[in-house]
Amino acid sequence: MGSRASTLLREEEIEEIKKETGFSHSQITRLYSRFTSLDKGENGTLSREDFQRIPELAINPLGDRIINAFFPEGEDQVNFRGFMRTLAHFRPIEDNEKNKDPTASEPLNSRTNKLLFAFRLYDLDRDDKISRDELLQVLRMMVGLNMFVSQVLRMMVGLNMFVSQVLRMMVGVNISDEQLGSIADRTIQEADQNGDNSISFNEFIKVLEKVDVEQKMSIRFLH
Amino acid sequence: MGWLLPFDNLLCMALGISFTVWFTSLLVFIIVPAILGVSFGIRKLYMNSLLKIFEWATLRMERGAKEKNQHLYKPYSNGIIAKEMSTLEQEIQELRSSSTTLSSEPEFEMADIMSFCRRGVESIVDDEVTKRFSAEELESWNLLTRSNYNFRHISLRLSVLWGLGLLIRYSFLLPLRITLAATGIGLLVVLTTIVGFLPSGRLRTYLSEKIHMMCYRICVRALTAIITYHNSENKPKNGGICVANHTTPIDVIILANDGCYSMVGQVHGGLIGVVQRAMVKSSPHIWFERSEVKDRHLVAKMLSNHVADKTNHPILIFPEGTCINNTSVMMFKKGSFEIGCTVYPVAIKYDPRFGDAFWNSGKFGMVSYLLRMMSSWAIVCSVWYLPPVNREEGEDAVQFANRVKAAIARQGGLVDLLWDGGLKRGKVKDTFREEQQKLYSKVLVGDQEDQTGRSEYFTICSVTGIFTHNHF
Repeated sequence: MGSRASTLLREEEIEEIKKETGFSHSQITRLYSRFTSLDKGENGTLSREDFQRIPELAINPLGDRIINAFFPEGEDQVNFRGFMRTLAHFRPIEDNEKNKDPTASEPLNSRTNKLLFAFRLYDLDRDDKISRDELLQVLRMMVGLNMFVSQVLRMMVGLNMFVSQVLRMMVGVNISDEQLGSIADRTIQEADQNGDNSISFNEFIKVLEKVDVEQKMSIRFLH
Repeated sequence: MGWLLPFDNLLCMALGISFTVWFTSLLVFIIVPAILGVSFGIRKLYMNSLLKIFEWATLRMERGAKEKNQHLYKPYSNGIIAKEMSTLEQEIQELRSSSTTLSSEPEFEMADIMSFCRRGVESIVDDEVTKRFSAEELESWNLLTRSNYNFRHISLRLSVLWGLGLLIRYSFLLPLRITLAATGIGLLVVLTTIVGFLPSGRLRTYLSEKIHMMCYRICVRALTAIITYHNSENKPKNGGICVANHTTPIDVIILANDGCYSMVGQVHGGLIGVVQRAMVKSSPHIWFERSEVKDRHLVAKMLSNHVADKTNHPILIFPEGTCINNTSVMMFKKGSFEIGCTVYPVAIKYDPRFGDAFWNSGKFGMVSYLLRMMSSWAIVCSVWYLPPVNREEGEDAVQFANRVKAAIARQGGLVDLLWDGGLKRGKVKDTFREEQQKLYSKVLVGDQEDQTGRSEYFTICSVTGIFTHNHF
């Protein structure tokens, strides 16, 4: 039960998280309550299944990639500190933060760090490059399988008649492999500057320089 | 120990007298009024005094927190985040609007991923569904440990009050309530069995109604339920179906306290099975075997037959199919809305200040749930009878169900959700994800797709409640 949880979070920990992420005291306690309500195993960490239990996340085409972003390399559990560190990327950039001491380390919610988060969603093997294959895979996640393929898969699993009837009714949007391939090729062509046929982080930043990243990758946390 | 002997007799006498007094007062103040259907107003008085005490308790906690200069944990009744209102489509079109070329080639922007990403993380922080399956968090404290989040801020006075509350609840209220419940259920079983021997006819129906009402009234007092019924002119009539939002099994007692219904449900074993069998002897209820539940046609047939006979009481159904925590109304299963008779919607809203009535079936079994209910202060709720509705021309069962659901949600001040209550236990179907993917594909490929399919496609996409269970 989320209710008792806030008493288990010590003041010192809250202060540390505040310094690291920039969230306010009440935001941290509320997010801790959310963390514990997701933690069905009640062991202080979240597993991938805990995230997948959220229906709105499960229907997000990039749900699995987003969940992956919370887990450090090779690990299957994320604790509250890690959870907050990832969420901190989505804090809006406040004006008073922009003119901070330049020698201090970059805050987690800076424009660069937000872009890095998005970059990592594409970079499946974490080699700091987006290859054509990776781009293709992510595109496929976003547009879904060809309707024909999903229909066949469905029939193989024996779904009920009603759903497959409706599926047939829907005018399918078939984005074929060739179309996706040409999208990927064009995207890499536009972005690639050093000719290695993949997109590095700096090239990525260049492509998105006109995009309002601060607004698109920020969530309005209430106080 | 010889000196105890003369006191032995006195002790026995004292026990005997107190027992008699207790029982008589129980009879006079609770059971007899229940049988007759009158009320002394004791419960309302109880409720008002409790409210004052809770307010005082909360103020003390806030003061205690301020003195120590610490923060009081406030539940996120206003939400943790403010979500973007635009749809995925709108967001992505915004990105495209900067470019002026209307090429027929699929357009992809690397920034598209950000919209998916932000939505995903928003749903991790706060989603509409998972919070409906656990108890609501309260603003003020009602002196129950189970709903306290600020242990550190309890002063001595408050602790004493809490201890007193504990004593009263467990040593006085709980045994009292258990006695009442036992009496109520016992009477129900015995009397309905007796009436069952009479030949069916007006006398039997009349007696059975009286017995049911009496026993439900005793049960209501056993839970110290303080119920306010609104708009009784819309009470369900024979030959109809009554639908209500579902929060707890106690909903049944609350509704049956004010009228006679025929219940629908699965056959259980144990004590509940005994009660079910007894109830069926004197008036028709519809109990299904576990295997029959899956058979939609059988269920629909039994319901139609029951409804067709105008001397039968209205059927009581909870179309959500599972208990939701009384902050929202989730998808109504369309089975009850296909039968074609008048539907009487009822909205039930519990006041969470006195005791949370939600049954979290994953966390508590039935017995521990009932014990929790009987050891909380009271169950306060409001019941609104909404005007009867019928299926309109050109409206299918799903649209009818959604219309009724919206009316119930509006009346009870609950959030109207399209999500299925079955998500409490099961996974969401892949078809929903495919809809999202199709939506994005459409944006990518542009307006080249044939126009005829579009409107169908978008109607289906917007009502996400269609693709789900096809049983009750």
